[in-house]
Amino acid sequence: MKRQEGSKGTLGEPSRGGRLMRLRGLVRKEFLQILRDPSSIAIAFVMPVVLLLLFGYGLSLDAEHVPLAVVVEEPSAETASFIGSFQQSRYFELVPLSNMRQAEQALREHRVKGIIYLRENFARQRRSIGAAPVQIILNGVDANTARLVQGYVNGAWEKWLELEARSNGVPLTIPVQVSERVWFNSELRSQDYLVPGLIAVIMTLIGALLTAMVMAREWERGTMEALLVTPVAIQEVLLGKLVPYFVLGMGGLILSVGTAVGLFAIPLRGSVIVLFAASSLFLLAALGMGLLISIVAKNQFVAGQIAIIVTFLPAFILSGFIFDIGSMPWPIQMITHLIPARYLVAILQTVFLAGNVPSVIWPNGAALLLMAILFLSLGRWKSHKRLE
Amino acid sequence: MVALPFPCEQSARVGEPDVAILEFRQVCKDFVSRRKRTHALRNVSFRVRRGTVTGLIGPDGAGKTTLMRLAAGLLLADAGEIRVLGRDAAADSLAVQATIGYMPQHFGLYEELTVEENLDLYADLQGVPEEQRSQRYSELMAMTGLAPFTRRLAGRLSGGMKQKLGLACTLVRSPPLLLLDEPTVGVDPVSRRELWSIVYRLVQQQKMSVLLSTLYLDEAEHCHEVVILHEGAVLGQGPPASFRSPLHGRTWAVSIPAGKKRDIQGKLSGAPGVVDAVIQGERVRLVLDAEPSPEVSRSLAELAGAPLEPVPPRFEDSFIAMLRSRRSGNGEAKAANRISSLPNVSTDGAEETVIAVRDVQRRFGDFLAVNRVTFEVKRGEVFGLLGANGAGKTTTFRMLCGLLPPSTGLLRVAGIDVRRAAAAARARLGYMSQKFSLYGNLSVWQNLQFFSKVYGLSGRRRAERLAWALEQFQLTSLVDAVSADLPLGYKQRLALACALMHEPDILFLDEPTSGVDPLARREFWHWINHLARQGVTVLVTTHFLEEAEYCDRLAIMASGAILALGTPEEIKSLARSPRLPHPTMEEAFIYLIEGANKGAAGP
Repeated sequence: MKRQEGSKGTLGEPSRGGRLMRLRGLVRKEFLQILRDPSSIAIAFVMPVVLLLLFGYGLSLDAEHVPLAVVVEEPSAETASFIGSFQQSRYFELVPLSNMRQAEQALREHRVKGIIYLRENFARQRRSIGAAPVQIILNGVDANTARLVQGYVNGAWEKWLELEARSNGVPLTIPVQVSERVWFNSELRSQDYLVPGLIAVIMTLIGALLTAMVMAREWERGTMEALLVTPVAIQEVLLGKLVPYFVLGMGGLILSVGTAVGLFAIPLRGSVIVLFAASSLFLLAALGMGLLISIVAKNQFVAGQIAIIVTFLPAFILSGFIFDIGSMPWPIQMITHLIPARYLVAILQTVFLAGNVPSVIWPNGAALLLMAILFLSLGRWKSHKRLE
Repeated sequence: MVALPFPCEQSARVGEPDVAILEFRQVCKDFVSRRKRTHALRNVSFRVRRGTVTGLIGPDGAGKTTLMRLAAGLLLADAGEIRVLGRDAAADSLAVQATIGYMPQHFGLYEELTVEENLDLYADLQGVPEEQRSQRYSELMAMTGLAPFTRRLAGRLSGGMKQKLGLACTLVRSPPLLLLDEPTVGVDPVSRRELWSIVYRLVQQQKMSVLLSTLYLDEAEHCHEVVILHEGAVLGQGPPASFRSPLHGRTWAVSIPAGKKRDIQGKLSGAPGVVDAVIQGERVRLVLDAEPSPEVSRSLAELAGAPLEPVPPRFEDSFIAMLRSRRSGNGEAKAANRISSLPNVSTDGAEETVIAVRDVQRRFGDFLAVNRVTFEVKRGEVFGLLGANGAGKTTTFRMLCGLLPPSTGLLRVAGIDVRRAAAAARARLGYMSQKFSLYGNLSVWQNLQFFSKVYGLSGRRRAERLAWALEQFQLTSLVDAVSADLPLGYKQRLALACALMHEPDILFLDEPTSGVDPLARREFWHWINHLARQGVTVLVTTHFLEEAEYCDRLAIMASGAILALGTPEEIKSLARSPRLPHPTMEEAFIYLIEGANKGAAGP
């Protein structure tokens, strides 16, 4: 990196002082621009806050108060007791209907997400093997909720059978007793793992999208051309961009962690240092990607589009932030290894919910370091003080 | 022709003839895009001598910016050598960049930063020690007149002020060589003149050398040396006088009554021996291929109905003569002169007002883009709106087309209130925007078809109009050519054909000739004159002062207001004084702007 300057430092001052002065000038200029440009502020602060509130409050993957139609053909003490086990649950909101026609109508109109249908010979059939006294019809459009309802009904059915048997003094022959206990996120709150993962998305936004766009803006307005014909070295131009947006990205991180812990009461069980170290590495990788994009795209629109497609969307979809990587088909799983956000999401979710788990932190941290080095050196290698 | 000290008299003293501070030797540069290879520069050789101003003159696409970027080490040449202050611009680009001052097009300013913050940034980048800055800044601010505005954001400065701030930023550490890429284009004539006087001062007092590119041919006269660039090749180089001298005795003018100037100009431009004939207010200016014999003079005078008077040659004349002799070889010469004559539209309603603009204002937030503008255009008139970028020309145009509602005031086009019935008004007018709004990836035929459909033509009428467009604008042989690949002159014709598809009787042209070479510009005006003779009303905007002379009447605009309105002669005569018995359009414009500024500054 110093090759160019060292051999040709015949005039001007290639000295450390000159370089520091140039870097200071560039960094100060960048901060002034950020402060005065509403679009930078919007991407750096408004978008993260919107995302945090949206994911913290609005979007929940947990099903609660799911409306279910109940059709009982022949009410009896047993059906009442079975239905009662649903009524106590906070997950469901029961809608009693008198026949299946009405229930199917309600399902079609999305007034209910499913139907529990108890046949007339409920009491008799439940004792005979192979019979199906309970029918569940679910609206599969919302697959997530459907699966949840299915699981719950199954559980409720078994539990109810067991209780019935015990109260009747007949031991039920279930070979294995399932004793459930959920670790790390015992309340199964989706914000607890969404909000930590969101930090990766927010830092992608600032590191890659914003950086790519402000570089493109310099090309668009012709200021880059004016900068290049000064004694400034290309690595100083790059550093002049990296430093301010690194600071901005760390600001986004503090904002997100603060909101996560303060507003959403998400536990932070691991070390803050690990959290910040991993996030810094990720931010460097994101900045490297932003620089690379700006080398290809010299106008803001194209830079924004590329940044969204190659950095932002993968951070959303392929990082394990919302969708579990393990359940993706293997070619997609392979691709996720190229997404830096994947490694940060793994670390974030672990550090927040489980604590410092070395076997997660070290390999993912190493991957982040590798990615940061890769993207930054590619960005440096591809940047020239020329327009071609 | 300009009230500036003519620099050539100092050149012998200031310039050291044999010291080339910048030298191009046989430089070639191609750009390769997916489809084709374009030759941006072909075998370009020239030198900039120490302590001189060298002007790089040529239309858009001539290769001026490529040449500047090569000199600044921002591009690498494919062949040839470029030496800047004794260094190789390619191998030693960092050292070259550390030495020279370079102002790109659009001045390279950060709009979110104030004047002072922009200066600080460039001072940091150029390594100007802190203790020298305040003195240097005050020198620069005094020189550029920006001292009262140091705290203003650069984005809020006028075009002329931005240009001067851009220059100040490149001068924070007084460089020995200054490269200025189109610093004066689109800027008002007062700011242009101020920039030139700053440049002279730098050359004289600090022995700076300057390479400056421009679109304006009249600026050649301000340079010590001129390099004419055309389609990537050097067409000529030397002091401006060396371009003018071969034309002595070949430049003439005839006075013509106002009503007939277009007819006579049309006749004269087709006459044998005439290289160029342009309208200049009440006169037609002629450039002949040789010094005329008495017979030739007599026959031309007969044609014009008035005697020929000799006029001094201009730089532009020689440029035109050079281009004509180049092009006559490839059969493109005077294509426009072969227009089939069309039946003249009746000129009965000659006094009818076609466009009326009364007390129109347009605000954008707290910015007054157009301020109480009033004018009228009669049928068959060519009316010009002349002004710098940001003067309010385009905003006025958009309001007239019904694309933008005025904040207050009345706009009538063909008797229709544009605010009430914009669509009805638009059906009567043809519009051609700055960058010829054609679909570049469609063929000529597809463009014509598309516009005919957009204007709602169908059946026989549509077929007739399409045939008319091809025949009238001589596009028949090019129907399948992709529009983006057409030469500029043909693009112009196609755009005009599209705008005229629905036979509008009013034509709006928004800077139709910006960046076009002077031959293409003449051809374009030839079409416009032709249309005007048929009774089409033409409203045209321009920032070329000479084009103002082609109009019947014009309005000079600055910061949103009309400064003067009248025929070219009337406007020029406003600036008449004992010191300036025959003011040019530029001098009149400067006189008007300075008057307006004085009025604004007064109590």
